[in-house]
Amino acid sequence: MSGTTLDDYTGRYASRVHGMAQSEIRALFSVASRPEVVSLAGGNPYTAALPMDELGEMFTRLLQQDGAAALGYCPGQGSTALREALCGVMDLSGVRASADDLVLTNGAQQGLDLLARTFLDPGDIVLAEGPTYVGALGVFQAAQADVRHLPMDDDGLIPAGLEESLAGLKKEGRQAKFLYTVPTYQNPAGVTLSEERREEILAIAERHGLLIIEDDPYSMISFEGAPPAPLRARVERGVIYLGTVSKIFAAGLRLGWVLAPPAVRDKLLLAVEAAILCPSALIQEAALRFFTEMEWRQQVKVFATLYRDRRDALLAALTDYMPGSMSWTKPGGGLFVWATLPDGLDSKAMLPRALQERVAYVPGTGFYADGNGRSQMRLNFSTQSSESIREGVRRLAGVVAGDIELRDTFAGGSA
Amino acid sequence: MSNASAPRSDRRVLILAGGMSYEHEVSLKSGRRAAAALARRGIECEIRDPDSELLPALQEFPPDVVLPLVHGAPGEDGSLRGLLELTDIPFVGTGAVGARRAWNKSTAKDLLRTAGIPTPDWVTMPRQAFSDFGAHKLLDRISTRMGLPLVVKPNSGGSGLGVHAVRKEDDFPSAMMGCFSYSDEALIESFVDGRDIAVGVIDLGDGPVALPPVEIAPLQGDYDYAARYNPGATRWTVPAALEAGTAERIAEIAVAVHETLGLRDFSRVDVMVDDAGDIQVLEASVAPGTTETSLLPMAIEAAGLDFGEALATMVRLALARG
Repeated sequence: MSGTTLDDYTGRYASRVHGMAQSEIRALFSVASRPEVVSLAGGNPYTAALPMDELGEMFTRLLQQDGAAALGYCPGQGSTALREALCGVMDLSGVRASADDLVLTNGAQQGLDLLARTFLDPGDIVLAEGPTYVGALGVFQAAQADVRHLPMDDDGLIPAGLEESLAGLKKEGRQAKFLYTVPTYQNPAGVTLSEERREEILAIAERHGLLIIEDDPYSMISFEGAPPAPLRARVERGVIYLGTVSKIFAAGLRLGWVLAPPAVRDKLLLAVEAAILCPSALIQEAALRFFTEMEWRQQVKVFATLYRDRRDALLAALTDYMPGSMSWTKPGGGLFVWATLPDGLDSKAMLPRALQERVAYVPGTGFYADGNGRSQMRLNFSTQSSESIREGVRRLAGVVAGDIELRDTFAGGSA
Repeated sequence: MSNASAPRSDRRVLILAGGMSYEHEVSLKSGRRAAAALARRGIECEIRDPDSELLPALQEFPPDVVLPLVHGAPGEDGSLRGLLELTDIPFVGTGAVGARRAWNKSTAKDLLRTAGIPTPDWVTMPRQAFSDFGAHKLLDRISTRMGLPLVVKPNSGGSGLGVHAVRKEDDFPSAMMGCFSYSDEALIESFVDGRDIAVGVIDLGDGPVALPPVEIAPLQGDYDYAARYNPGATRWTVPAALEAGTAERIAEIAVAVHETLGLRDFSRVDVMVDDAGDIQVLEASVAPGTTETSLLPMAIEAAGLDFGEALATMVRLALARG
């Protein structure tokens, strides 16, 4: 009998799926969901803080009053009333938009995917922060794009780094298709692009004719006053804006939107129709009622207050337990802290030992397309209680101390 | 074949799968596949992820037989099996003592070598030894004594996790650190340049027999986690194309490993065969995977047996053992 690869379709796959493979990280994370493990690895909003009884009543009313329509197809662009409501949501951040310019998607993730389908050919260059959102990397990699990371610091993307990258590309005779950025409470780094830099980045983009895709899921989850206004609030041209209800209402609804100039919007609309015919009418109706019938801004405050307390617990525990050679960001909002390990430690190699100590995090390598991030990790503070977070960090600190000892034992390269 | 009585339809078979190890997900897949195969043979199973509630649950509502398919610790290190032995509930597979022997790779190698079964040279060192005696001095001595290339692997564990080849001395530090991510003890073994062959051993009532050998050839790089669990990443050939004499010898060795370590019902023995046809045993597993990309079900089918029927027979045998 000749050999088998247990895959009869090997020769038939599209080239874009060749790089897709399960890694051992996936196996490690299957343990992270066990109740014994304090998982700082998640990215879930704390949906248990939603008023379930009230939502239950709302869904019941929805079905009683509009059930037939909500359970049918709807236009590809989705409900006008919801798009108007979402314009009201964006207006609070200073983003002015017309309902006509919104395309509703299955989460902002689908918005990203549709943008990639619309703009990217294999080999095209995409600029992104380093580190960047892992879900965006998945989309860009599936589109066979060449992701080039740009440097960041505590004030977000460094304008000189963008300038340098664009100049380098020009020398190569190439052009980036767009810059993908999460300027506010970035995932995974937790940093926010400063007011001054926002203007600088926009000026550079304007000068080079660079399109910006601004992903803005976190700006309402703010702990210390409003963050700088989104890029799209400052300019109407040159920025495509991605929004989502995931952090302000519920991630499980899978409802996001793209705010794009009319020409792009029309292409996205065709892409939505090709992909899913139309967004879920039921989910749209639920979101519309959330934004029009419920105290949704109060709910956002509930989330933000909860996460602020948990962020404080995480930062305090890091200060109390971690060695001085470790550093981390101090986010003013969002869901994540980005920590940098002491020199010579590898967050990916350390993960099995962390899991053995019943604590989980996401190794930094997942947030880079180029293999960087080995010395970093993402820590989430939205899903666990403050007490659990503290216990998780205490466990993690023991693992870090063990790895420092191991590093010192084997330091110096060759045997 | 066994003359064990056929299971009654009201028999409760409990598959234990999942567990706290890094092979959690693989184990769950193994459990689901085994449950489906047994269901096709009319045996309905319940799958349970063992946790602190397992023991009270077993005592309160004891199943008739347990099929432990938890990979890694505690499924293979003897602890889960020891717990089952404490409950007197019959279970399929190796008992606690045999599992512990196979789990500790250096213990297993020691027993095999004593029994005259070939296994590559090795040295086992706990993590602490490297800081106590100086890592560089120790690694230098190991590489001088054993020569390169070497393979560094956790002294316990599976799925290729934490296994690194050391082809030059510079590879040592990261290989050691990677290994100690999974175990506090490292097994440093001479690298065998040859073909990777896995042999399933099953005992359906008439003593252990070797199944057709499976040759494992990852399409790229090493047979690591990704190569094991991504369909299309590895070419498995069953039966492996081997000289008749070599195949027979491998079968004899695999059965000898199964018996020497005191394994029961089924196991998987991993060997390397070099160009000269020399065979070296790397390790044995008491809870080999039964996922869709696992070797044991593949070998069972290649032997002309039905995977579900083989499992059902082992369930019957375990019931008869009581």
